[in-house]
Amino acid sequence: MSLTSLAAPILANADQFLVDGKHAVIAWLVHFLPVAWQDVITGGLSILLTIAPITIGFATLFALSTWLERKGLGRIQNRMGPNRVGLPFLPWKLYGLGQPMADGIKMLIKEDIVPRNADKVLHFIAPVALLVPAFLAFSVIPYGDGMVPINLDAGLLFFFAIGASTELLVFCAGWASRNKYALLGSMRAIAQMISYELPLIISTFSVIMAVGSLSLVAIVDAQAGGLAHWHVFTPWGIAGFILFFIASLAEANRSPFDIPEGESEIIAGHLIEYSGFKYALFFMAEYLGMFAMGGLAISLFLGGYHAPFAFLEGWVPGLVWFVGKLLVMIAMFIWVRGTMPRLRMDQLMNFAWKFMLPMSLLVVVAAGLWRFVGGGWVGWLICGGLIVAPYLALSRGLFKARHWAKREYRYAD
Amino acid sequence: MSFPLFILGVLTVAGAVAAMTLRNLIHCVLSLAVSFVGVAMLFLRLGAEFVGFAQILVYVGAVAILIVFAILLTRSGGVEPKPFLNSQWWIGLAIAIAVFGSLAVAIVGSKDLTSVALAEKTAPVKQIGIELMTRYVLPLEVIGLLLTAAMLGAVIIAWQEGDRK
Repeated sequence: MSLTSLAAPILANADQFLVDGKHAVIAWLVHFLPVAWQDVITGGLSILLTIAPITIGFATLFALSTWLERKGLGRIQNRMGPNRVGLPFLPWKLYGLGQPMADGIKMLIKEDIVPRNADKVLHFIAPVALLVPAFLAFSVIPYGDGMVPINLDAGLLFFFAIGASTELLVFCAGWASRNKYALLGSMRAIAQMISYELPLIISTFSVIMAVGSLSLVAIVDAQAGGLAHWHVFTPWGIAGFILFFIASLAEANRSPFDIPEGESEIIAGHLIEYSGFKYALFFMAEYLGMFAMGGLAISLFLGGYHAPFAFLEGWVPGLVWFVGKLLVMIAMFIWVRGTMPRLRMDQLMNFAWKFMLPMSLLVVVAAGLWRFVGGGWVGWLICGGLIVAPYLALSRGLFKARHWAKREYRYAD
Repeated sequence: MSFPLFILGVLTVAGAVAAMTLRNLIHCVLSLAVSFVGVAMLFLRLGAEFVGFAQILVYVGAVAILIVFAILLTRSGGVEPKPFLNSQWWIGLAIAIAVFGSLAVAIVGSKDLTSVALAEKTAPVKQIGIELMTRYVLPLEVIGLLLTAAMLGAVIIAWQEGDRK
């Protein structure tokens, strides 16, 4: 008996070890209990063991990515970034990996200042309630084979509905602060989120049309079997992915669309009257939203938890690929933040309505044509041409329509 | 009445009552949004996933925001000392009773309510889409046209002519 045939039954189930492990742990814990309780407790434990890893995992990823972001931005801006704080009671510095912990403790022990005129209840509710949609968005994303918290028939719609409910809470934060900058910032944030929600949702239509389902599990399953099946490697897929990525930058209030909290313009917008841990909660909700958008982009366009090559499927856990792709997405978010200047408010709106919206509608048409043409080089030619030619015409037209003139400083002269 | 249904009912009704009784208009909008969320959850509990999510997407994500913008753009949003009921309260009450009565008659008289299979009825999104594109395509198009006309009208009203170059 060769070694490979011995290992085969283990390897065949290797990618399921997290799912099997969960069931084994539950079965082991439950067998201590009387039989009458076992069913109820099994259900409860199963829910707990699904929610707890997501909550803990993404909170840890948040802490890690604040450090990664500061190191990455430091590298881009030719400086060191945090490099002093090591792990407690240990002699090593680990390139400042302890910084998130120090930041967390700092945020916790800071004084929590509430303005005297603020609406105290809403001022408190806004940051706390903002975390609810931020975490709920993770409940429909497939992390691996059989590892989706709830497989909803309309999972994608659920994701967008959850995303839309954050807008009201951002307004709540800005209005409750009773600060003009805060109100202005939250109005800007709402205007931006509503404007970019349209291209964000429409750019996913192409995927929905290709797969024929709103369930994220079905969408990921349609991309199984290596790079060639990923949606990003089709003309509508690559254009849709780029549009989705840009719109998700705006939805997550990330640079270059971080106008709502522009420090130099409206002194951090709706966050201005928040201090201590409430500020940290806003920060966390923002990063969680970024991770959720990254996870959705992976599920829609980048093959979800599937491996890039077919021979890697089945024994490497899907979670490994998902987390790897998510880290790449986070790196892209950081890279964009480090290299792009912040847009102006009118540029942001023009870009959303005059460029993003028509392009995302074109991608929908291209995806429909792709289905009729049936792919191949003819499909690439027709669909690619349908996207690239209007893109060139639109960008040139918008560039020409601007009346470039010497900048006049009304106050500084 | 099951316990989750009780919680959702309390949430929805409490939100609606708060939206009527609170004196600060912004508080009213936020309680109205809570009520919308309660209704969406009721839809979800009835197995109408699509309607529930669309309710949150449209009502919480857009209609509530629209009301907020309308309030902030037209008045300062402060609290105005006004009597709890205005002089036309009985007209509102009569309309409310009439709407409730007609809806109640329609629901109680419905054939679907008495059928046994009600509890198992769920509508997959695909089926809703097919129905919208085949049987109900004309109402859908009419609504789309109506909304486009309304939007164009709003743009024309808000259009500033002249002084902008």
